[in-house]
Amino acid sequence: MKLYALAVYLFLYLPIGIIVLFSFNAGRHASSFQGFSGKWYGKLLSNPFAMEALTTSLIVASTTAVLASLFGTMAALGLQGVTGRLRAFYDSVIYIAIMIPGIVIGIATLIALVTVFDLANPALAALWPEGLGKAPRLSLGFVSLIAAHTLFTMALVIVIVRARLAGMDRTLIEASADLYASPARTFWQVTMPQIFPAILAGFLLSFTFSFDDFIIAFFVAGAETTLPVYVFSSIRRGVTPEINAIGTLVLTTSLILLIAAQFLLRERSHGSAAGRADDG
Amino acid sequence: MHSPWTRRLLLAPATLWFAAMLVLPLVVVFVFSFGERGAAGGYLPAFTLAQYANLPARFTAFKNTLLLAPAGTLAALLVAYPLAYFLAVKVDRRWRTALLVMVIVPFWTSILIRTYAWIFILGGRGIPQLLELFGIEGVRLINTPFAVLVGIVYGYLPLMVFPIYVSLEKLDKRLLEASADLGAPPWRSFLQVTLPLSLPGVATGCMLVFILLMGEFLIPALLGGGKVFFIGNALVDLFLQSRNWAFGSAVAATLVVIMLVTVSIYMRLMMRGARQRDDVGVL
Repeated sequence: MKLYALAVYLFLYLPIGIIVLFSFNAGRHASSFQGFSGKWYGKLLSNPFAMEALTTSLIVASTTAVLASLFGTMAALGLQGVTGRLRAFYDSVIYIAIMIPGIVIGIATLIALVTVFDLANPALAALWPEGLGKAPRLSLGFVSLIAAHTLFTMALVIVIVRARLAGMDRTLIEASADLYASPARTFWQVTMPQIFPAILAGFLLSFTFSFDDFIIAFFVAGAETTLPVYVFSSIRRGVTPEINAIGTLVLTTSLILLIAAQFLLRERSHGSAAGRADDG
Repeated sequence: MHSPWTRRLLLAPATLWFAAMLVLPLVVVFVFSFGERGAAGGYLPAFTLAQYANLPARFTAFKNTLLLAPAGTLAALLVAYPLAYFLAVKVDRRWRTALLVMVIVPFWTSILIRTYAWIFILGGRGIPQLLELFGIEGVRLINTPFAVLVGIVYGYLPLMVFPIYVSLEKLDKRLLEASADLGAPPWRSFLQVTLPLSLPGVATGCMLVFILLMGEFLIPALLGGGKVFFIGNALVDLFLQSRNWAFGSAVAATLVVIMLVTVSIYMRLMMRGARQRDDVGVL
């Protein structure tokens, strides 16, 4: 049994180990290891295409994370105490947003947006005031990427924050009201510190999912290239050791972010205590 | 707790987003699936069932997906169950959390890069070269259904381990003692006590993996080398290469319908299972 577990762990970590090891390979080829060198990291950092893709991914992921955690938290708060048909409606929409494969979200968003743009662009051009120069053309790019990523990450944030709200100690809110705090004050001093770890965890998860997403970006990025799309096309063009360096960096970053998210979700009682201490 | 207006205000952004980015696109896919392909690609408005009638043209993709998604799910289950059992029952409490975290850690990193590593391992200079040292020549692993299965098990293992672990962890150890006291050998206790009680976890894990596999694109694209096409690969081909939106929409709509049917059958079975377990509890 122990041996079996060991074999499975080996299976899980062997590929990751290979990626990390070969990112330090001094040799040109992926096939044999010829000593340690950081040269692929140097090459990566001076590759303008990779750096541009990284910048795009960072902008998209951070905007997505901000929008998803803000709107997702608002929705989770708004859904508090909602029952009946309205509740069932939101539950099923959230469920669908999480369940529908990324590839279907990708193509659906692609054809819906392109169709809307095709209708809107001539109208926009006709209605645009002369004095303002050329009318802007709507096209796929940053906005469509962020909008599509925000959709499914927001659904995740709603689920996470709602779980936290459900586990919250309601007597604290009642106590706050008994002590004559206004609803706004109760929210900022009682509710917020308690749900904050969940919001932050949702933020980090959204960032990571958006940063890692390949398939939706593949469809809706338009002329932009995100890091996963860049990596995918590099793999298609042939194995280059640079991908190992990207892989190692992405791996390290997602690890740090997700460990932080996990930590925040675990720290239930601690989290709210720390939140209150920060307030004071 | 909130006034109706506060509530509307709080729900407004999410509602708008769901309407514009989920409901509208899905409706468009549904509508387009009854249309025709434009002369230069794209979509021409029409109302025809021709696209659905044409589904057999992508028979291979459907066949591969409907064979390899369950096969991959089963393979992941077979690898995951003993590990989940080991973690939930055999491992010392002190190590349990650390070992569990170690199962998810790989899952937290990009599936694209993790799958890429397997091109290395299964490719000509990986395992096949290793096998040549032992005198086994001419083994081809990459770009086969086997490679896709390995990629699937590797990519989705944590999703299978976790639910099974959770259901095994909750298992009342006294039931096993009772079973042993009544003279059941360990294998019989496992088959008649442990296994049935872990079935909800097994079902959840299988469902999660199966649903994700139905829309899989990356693993077949990287490890199947264009030979092991999934529906996801057919969709990328139809939308980005041949620009046949109407047919692509019909394929996507069919995929969603297959998934919805599977999920609702699963839900029904789960509910029946839960009811049966309650009956057992009463007895």
